[in-house]
Amino acid sequence: MEVDTGRLNEIVQKYNGDRSYILAIFQDIQRTYRFLPKEAIKFICEQLDIPFSKGYEVATFYKALSLKPRGKHTIHVCLGTACHLRGGPNISETFERELQVKTGDTTVDGNFTLETVNCLGACALAPLVRIDEKDFGKTTPGGVKNIINEFRNGE
Amino acid sequence: MNMSAVEIDRIASEYNKKMESFHKIINICTGTGCVSSGALNVYKGLKDAIDSEGLAGKILVKKTGCHGLCERGPIVVFGNDEILYQTVGKKSLEDDIKLLIATVKENRIAEKLLYKGDDKTKRYVSTHDIPFYAGQTRLVLALNGIIDPEIIEDYIAHGGYKALAKAFSMDRDEIIGWIDKSGLRGKGGGGFPTGVKWRSCKAAEGSPRYVLANGDEGDPGAFMDRSLMEGNPHAILEGMIIGAYTIGSNQGYIYVRDEYPLAVERLLKAIKQAREFGFLGNNIFGSGFDFDIGIFRGGGAFVCGESTALMTSIEGKAGEPRAKYVHTVEKGLWEKPTNLNNVETWASVPEIINKGWEWFSSIGTERSKGTKVFSLVGKVNNTGLVEVPMGITLREIIFGLGNGIRGGKKFKAVQTGGPSGGCISEEYLDMPVDFDSLTKLGSMMGSGGMIVMDERSCMVDVAHYFLKFLVEESCGKCTPCREGVRRMYEIVDRICNGSGVEGDIEHLEELGKAIGLGSLCALGQSAPNPVLSTLKFFKEEYRMHIDEKKCPAGVCKSLIKLHIMPEKCTGCMRCASECPVGCISGEKKQVHTIDQSKCIKCGNCYDVCRFDAVAIE
Repeated sequence: MEVDTGRLNEIVQKYNGDRSYILAIFQDIQRTYRFLPKEAIKFICEQLDIPFSKGYEVATFYKALSLKPRGKHTIHVCLGTACHLRGGPNISETFERELQVKTGDTTVDGNFTLETVNCLGACALAPLVRIDEKDFGKTTPGGVKNIINEFRNGE
Repeated sequence: MNMSAVEIDRIASEYNKKMESFHKIINICTGTGCVSSGALNVYKGLKDAIDSEGLAGKILVKKTGCHGLCERGPIVVFGNDEILYQTVGKKSLEDDIKLLIATVKENRIAEKLLYKGDDKTKRYVSTHDIPFYAGQTRLVLALNGIIDPEIIEDYIAHGGYKALAKAFSMDRDEIIGWIDKSGLRGKGGGGFPTGVKWRSCKAAEGSPRYVLANGDEGDPGAFMDRSLMEGNPHAILEGMIIGAYTIGSNQGYIYVRDEYPLAVERLLKAIKQAREFGFLGNNIFGSGFDFDIGIFRGGGAFVCGESTALMTSIEGKAGEPRAKYVHTVEKGLWEKPTNLNNVETWASVPEIINKGWEWFSSIGTERSKGTKVFSLVGKVNNTGLVEVPMGITLREIIFGLGNGIRGGKKFKAVQTGGPSGGCISEEYLDMPVDFDSLTKLGSMMGSGGMIVMDERSCMVDVAHYFLKFLVEESCGKCTPCREGVRRMYEIVDRICNGSGVEGDIEHLEELGKAIGLGSLCALGQSAPNPVLSTLKFFKEEYRMHIDEKKCPAGVCKSLIKLHIMPEKCTGCMRCASECPVGCISGEKKQVHTIDQSKCIKCGNCYDVCRFDAVAIE
């Protein structure tokens, strides 16, 4: 994959080329491409003058970073303790069934990436689902279809 | 701006004068909970209605941080806690806006929006009367829900940055003495005495020094730090500036969890304002002291909430912990003296300086002073954030503030301390909650998550849940945690699947002990707690899974079977329409049946049935 080196340089400059901000740099790149292309890691490591292995270590350590391309919308089903107790696992299974995709993967049409998260901190609204920036509280297996449709139709 | 105590007073009185020109102030909670319940629509709807009524100059509608009663959001509060309206706009936004306007114009109280008691007849008007709030002592959360977190003048008008001015007139050792004598202990989980930490860091050799705030709240089921960062960011900054001045640090960082974008936004705004007002930057209060704060955003790794891993992460590396035989106060971030406190600890500092250590130490128990914020969640009626004095009992929190268990079910256990903590059973409900007594029970205070479980919660499943979490979050650096926790997970997994064998329990206990002793960081050392504590209090439940292949709570899918009791089924068709795989059949007003070959045992039919006609075996 070809990456826009001009854009990557801008991001590096935003953090004054400080290598301690490598995680923030990667997160900004991910916001641009919806994932972290390997070519971008290589380029950034050259700019920050660190070995590729170190950059790759950071990229694979943090769960927020994805080396696989992601869908247009990311679904986060919360599986924090409160959500777990109030039926979160059923919600994620329902998403898997409805979208015919396993957790961690992206639908064939590239529309949705399904992920679980260990707590979004809105435990009073368990079970919680976050799609992109929008939260859905007190979800039920029966309501999952409507949530998906909201994003399907909203294209 | 050249800041001084006099200048702070001037800003406060100017802002207060502006506020007095309004007839009424209406606070709308815009914490994450209320926002996802539709608080922003309420805000917009109310503002528009007030504009069109021509009341814009008379009524102020304010966005505030979390009020705590997330269960009943969106929350709208009139004036100084005079009227609390709950679930505003949930049924009909238009109707509720009309009710709010009626309250504004005619002082007419909307009965419909008031908090109701258990018997559904008693209604509470003022915030102070509602048992959920009446039982709390709000120090750290005092201004959450009152001030607009994005307006620094609002914080100043409520006494903000006064402590900072006072601290600059105090001797540095005197400040440490106050923190020490106040009895303040680290609220992120460890409970280490804050004054001792500050003193060691000040005395440590080397420069520069750093002060850090831990906002990487990773415990599932906990959101105290998020609400604080979102609702009152300046209190954290003020505490950090006082700490930095005392210790002699010129640079601070706040490490915020990646999952909290709003917290990052609010903190960045607060830092910008603090710089403009001269609370951050060069020559603060003309004292020659320079200090600034930066934000680091986490990357979704639980282990980064551990102090040394957090520092490694700020250094731009994979966030793995280091051995702690050299303390971080001596060699922390970039091998320099570093003082790390949790955001709640930092936010406790200004009030200690304002009101004195004697005042703070008069609250709480002998060895645990002050208050603690808990996120009360799970199978409890009033879920939300509560701040209580140390020493209050679990029963008072769960049955008093929390108003008991949902759906009239029976209490079974309460889990505290996140994945490092444990489950506490009913016979210990009258234990006072403080750092030491919870540890004695095999759990811990932790950051403050308090997850209530009822009879429909399986303790083996809970242990399974935490082990799965810990397997995923173990950074892999040391073997006992990386391999040992995985082995524990495999054993508990097979117990849940009905393949548990004799000797599994003993094996778990032995492994748990070894992992606790052999792991490098606190995450690994405490990883066996969820298993060991459930084994301690609920061994019988494990035995049922292993010996009889039964899950008494009806949770472990391999061990249960759902069926409909013909004598109770009314044929209302509710379960059939809610079944996610369509395996329930039956005509209207006829007894329904579940096709066992298709059933995924999600238990949804059990939960939705109004006639208790679904049984779990």
